Amino acid sequence: MDFKEKVLQVIAEVCEDDVVKEEHDLDIFEAGLIDSFATVELLVQFEEQLDINVPITEFDRDTWNTPNAIVERLNELK
Amino acid sequence: MTPYSSFLFFIILGILLLPTMILGIMGKRLRYYNAFVSIVVLAIIFSGGKEGFFSLVAFTILQVVLVKGYISYRQVKNSSLVFYIISFLSILPLILSKVLPILAVDNWASFLGISYLTFRAVQIIIETRDGLIKEQLSIFQLVNFMLFYPTISSGPIDRFRRFQKDEEKRWAPEEYKELLYKGINKIFVGFLYKFIIGYSINTYFIMNLDYIADGEFTNNLLYMYSYSLYLFFDFAGYTAFAVGVSYIMGIRSPENFNKPFISRNIKDFWNRWHMSLSFWFRDYVFMRFVFLMKKKKWIQNKMLVSNLGYILLFLLMGVWHGLAIQYILYGAYHALMMVGFNFFETWNKKHKRWPTGRTMTIVSIVITFHVVCFGFYLFSGRPFQ
Repeated sequence: MDFKEKVLQVIAEVCEDDVVKEEHDLDIFEAGLIDSFATVELLVQFEEQLDINVPITEFDRDTWNTPNAIVERLNELK
Repeated sequence: MTPYSSFLFFIILGILLLPTMILGIMGKRLRYYNAFVSIVVLAIIFSGGKEGFFSLVAFTILQVVLVKGYISYRQVKNSSLVFYIISFLSILPLILSKVLPILAVDNWASFLGISYLTFRAVQIIIETRDGLIKEQLSIFQLVNFMLFYPTISSGPIDRFRRFQKDEEKRWAPEEYKELLYKGINKIFVGFLYKFIIGYSINTYFIMNLDYIADGEFTNNLLYMYSYSLYLFFDFAGYTAFAVGVSYIMGIRSPENFNKPFISRNIKDFWNRWHMSLSFWFRDYVFMRFVFLMKKKKWIQNKMLVSNLGYILLFLLMGVWHGLAIQYILYGAYHALMMVGFNFFETWNKKHKRWPTGRTMTIVSIVITFHVVCFGFYLFSGRPFQ
């Protein structure tokens, strides 16, 4: 599994919806797939499964809003 | 002089901002002239004697020392204990300003805007802890951000890194014209909201309620609705001034309101009402609390963690407004509503009992509106008189 697939898998698990694996430009906040609680879960999973530490204050809803954007940000932090 | 409360204030501001506008349209840097305007306006605001000028100065020095000291410390070490101590010291003046009145002593710690300024300082400390602010900040940067006069008395609460981006930017003439246009537009919306609609609701309706309402219950019910609307128009009007003036100075301060009365549920409401405050609590209290619980695996139950987070957030938000019964109950009431909605939302995700569609959306909005208005009724303090 390449990095992008791994990230999408984590997002799909947290959102409890596989749609994020198909629609990579879906705004997951606007679609109501994720709230602040799930966001934290996402960050914990990134740390545990991918070993990437994303500070809560770094996670800005405007720039971390779609699966594609998240993959891109994580790539920068890797 | 209280900001945005008199026409004199607007006239002075208009004259002072004229060179800013000219510089902006010419595409020049606004920073230095804006710093001058800030000093003059702060002097006008705090020269009345009642606003706590000396407390403001002491507070600013304390925060600058704490922030600069913590950044230096964080560059070499990162102990949790030091972070908590520094954060506590940063909030201490705010705590004192809330507790001193209860002890019936002179409230020397308080000054106009302390509740909002504290958030700006603490936020820098938290982002330093998270490693997002690494470089030492200059006193100018810190003071300029913390004492940004357009938003000094009641927010909106901006974020340091966002503010800094705008502050360092040299706007192209076309970009600045756009900002200026938006800023002036917002200021006129402010006049409409605060001085026309808000003022009318208060003067012609709330103050005449004894003649309008027949009976105790009707009186309180009408008060609940009219106070809620008044609160919105008054505060949204103020915010429009604050954001509008910020825009003219080249800073895009965040918004506070996004049509709060069409919220579909209480969670939606807190994404639309006093947003810069609720987002602050969301990012720096709720999410950090949840993260800590999950990472340390102290509490496993999802429902319990989120509910405790909501209770913590809203009780804090309540006492932040003041240590009076109405604010504490207002916080507790919203905590209860959020916990209740959290249970309902989880239950409904499984059973899908709450129908969707236009009619049900309207029903949801009407229910939320009433829940919210009752919250403001508590907030107003009227039930406790």
